[in-house]
Amino acid sequence: MPFTGGGTRLMPLKRVDKTPMPERDAVLRSHDFVEVNEGYNIARARFEAERCLRCQDPVCIDGCPVQIPIPDFVHSIAAGDMAGAAKILRSANPLPAICGRVCPQESQCEEQCSLGTRFIPVAIGYLERFVADWEMSQPAGEEPAQPTRPEKVAVIGSGPAGLVCAGELARLGHPVTIYEGLHAPGGVLRYGIPEFRLPKEVLDWEIDQLKRLGVEIVCNVIIGKTVSLDDLFDEMGYAAVFVGTGAGLPQFMGIPGENLNGVYSANEFLTRVNLMHANDFPNADTPVMVGKSVAVIGAGNTAMDTVRTALRVGAERGLIVYRRSDKEMTARVEEHHHAIEEGVEFHWLTNPVEVLGDEDGWVTGLKCISMELGEPDESGRARPVPIEGSEFVIPVDNVVLSIGNRPNPLLLQTTMGLKSNKWGCLVVEDESAQTSLRHVFAGGDAVTGAATVILAAGAGKSAAAAIHEDLCE
Amino acid sequence: MAKILEKRSLTPVTKLFRVEAPLVAAAARPGQFVIVRVREGGERIPLTIADYDRDNGTLTIVVQEVGTTTRHMGALEVGDDILDLVGPLGMALEIPAEGHVVGIGGGFGAAALLCLMRELSARGDRTTIIIGAREEGLLILIDELAEICDNLELCTDDGSAGFKGFVTERLAQLIDGDGPGIPDSVVAIGPMPMMRAVTETTRDAGIPTLVSLDPLMIDGTGMCGGCRVTVNNEVKFACVDGPFFDAHQVDFEEAVRRNKMYVRQEQESKERAECRSLAVGQD
Repeated sequence: MPFTGGGTRLMPLKRVDKTPMPERDAVLRSHDFVEVNEGYNIARARFEAERCLRCQDPVCIDGCPVQIPIPDFVHSIAAGDMAGAAKILRSANPLPAICGRVCPQESQCEEQCSLGTRFIPVAIGYLERFVADWEMSQPAGEEPAQPTRPEKVAVIGSGPAGLVCAGELARLGHPVTIYEGLHAPGGVLRYGIPEFRLPKEVLDWEIDQLKRLGVEIVCNVIIGKTVSLDDLFDEMGYAAVFVGTGAGLPQFMGIPGENLNGVYSANEFLTRVNLMHANDFPNADTPVMVGKSVAVIGAGNTAMDTVRTALRVGAERGLIVYRRSDKEMTARVEEHHHAIEEGVEFHWLTNPVEVLGDEDGWVTGLKCISMELGEPDESGRARPVPIEGSEFVIPVDNVVLSIGNRPNPLLLQTTMGLKSNKWGCLVVEDESAQTSLRHVFAGGDAVTGAATVILAAGAGKSAAAAIHEDLCE
Repeated sequence: MAKILEKRSLTPVTKLFRVEAPLVAAAARPGQFVIVRVREGGERIPLTIADYDRDNGTLTIVVQEVGTTTRHMGALEVGDDILDLVGPLGMALEIPAEGHVVGIGGGFGAAALLCLMRELSARGDRTTIIIGAREEGLLILIDELAEICDNLELCTDDGSAGFKGFVTERLAQLIDGDGPGIPDSVVAIGPMPMMRAVTETTRDAGIPTLVSLDPLMIDGTGMCGGCRVTVNNEVKFACVDGPFFDAHQVDFEEAVRRNKMYVRQEQESKERAECRSLAVGQD
């Protein structure tokens, strides 16, 4: 791979391939938690930035849920103006270091990229991450901003939707407090996404940037339990509330043996490691039980995170068991690719029907049935149909279910008049993100059901604008 | 953070803490619990709210030092902070029928009866509390419990105080009419074997019985699903659906088995903590 270091080229280079992301060796990394992608250096970043065609009509922006002016920041990188790039990026997205790492760019901005019609699209995600990492290496900026408006806003939940909403509201001058139920902020970014994909140092840094904007974060308070939603208005004087409580209610399959010892939800498995540091047991006090073989049911990003985490905490075999085929898998291409490199086994068209256990109640195997693809179902994907008589047993020591999450019902159960649909998702007006309650807004997975970090961030951002408008009427 | 305002040793391994937690105290209802974490790298463990004082904004919690986290907690003193305390979690206890309610507390579970039985007494129920321990010195909060119920029954294995025998044996006597009255409903809080025995004692008599399950938990808000228990052949999350369940419907065998999932790790962690405290002692 040739490199051109310094010097600004004025004309773009129409190269076929994107500049590769340096990655840690798969064998080494599958035993530790150090980040897999090492990030571009300045030379690689400028080299890649120069691939941008500078389209008159930059369609990449349409693919971005937070509408980052992509060509502008990419051009700043090409010109070597990293501070300028950082400013442009941050004005549109308060969490660039996170989104640059975990966004599915291949189905968003990069899918739209004009270069993609003939070549590989510009690596917009890698560039976003580069700029944010560069910013992280710089000395801290100015002192925390002071609110300019009197109306206080409470944000429930410190996941991506809540963080972005709070950041935007602070930028608009409102005093903002985020209430988080766990002992550390970040929501799914903290308990769900593993260190090797999103180092917690990066998350902490991004949260610090929000604090510098004036956002206050209060942990260990569960709205709906510790304090009611009504009390936020009546007792605590908030003028508006944003609900960003996410989708944190794990689904189980309802097959026999799910309560055997050694069966986890992906949420529990990942939380033990990411939030509670079970990988460091017994230095940390929370253990995680991992045998030689771990089967993860599901094939989304969470399933990939789970199976790769299982390898890192000592499993010799990590298996993905999925009732559909690799075509229907919802995980990002990069995560799937990394999982293959790390030796994960994939059992496609395989549907678990029972978790088997020994006389002491410990998992010994996963009984499955082979599937074949039939007609498309309501999701548009081919419906998997069981092949009669094809049952077989995969011997495993652990089973982790990663088949999705629904919104957590805690707030709904304790708040009169807050409306939800049959899946427990909060009902909001499309334009304003307002819920069935006045001055109560919502966004992210709590509204859509389990989706992506960037969609939550986008929802948080537009809700912030709606809240600002509501309060300034 | 929650500051410790008062600490009392109830037995050599049982400590009572009164902590400053005004928001939790204001929202707490009998039967709910909190989750605490006492140091960086520490576990999150659920603890039943023994009592709360809304006026003073305090919570009372009782801890038995059995594992790493409870030992670390037991070592905290007045003026120290509990690093993280969140709650109140779970559903409050609901006993629909008025009448004679018998609350049974095994070991340090007796503490959890404080606010619970006081509320039932205040509501007009006739209340009996049965607490039990190995010997007199291990019975806790006798005076406080005597104040809030109509009858307090003590049981000790060795007969050093009150009835000689298990709480379930005394309960069986009550059911047979030998005592302060036949229970209309029973609430049991304590070690799993004791709650299980209570359940079997009331099953044939058909007396509605609630038990407070304490499975392993992490978040306490329904996010991890680690606390799932089977009740009436349905999977429930003890943190949000419980902690109280209809005892006669609980799959105790599964609950006991799931609680023992990390026995080996718990032992390893405890031994390590002991080694550390020995090493510190030698310095």
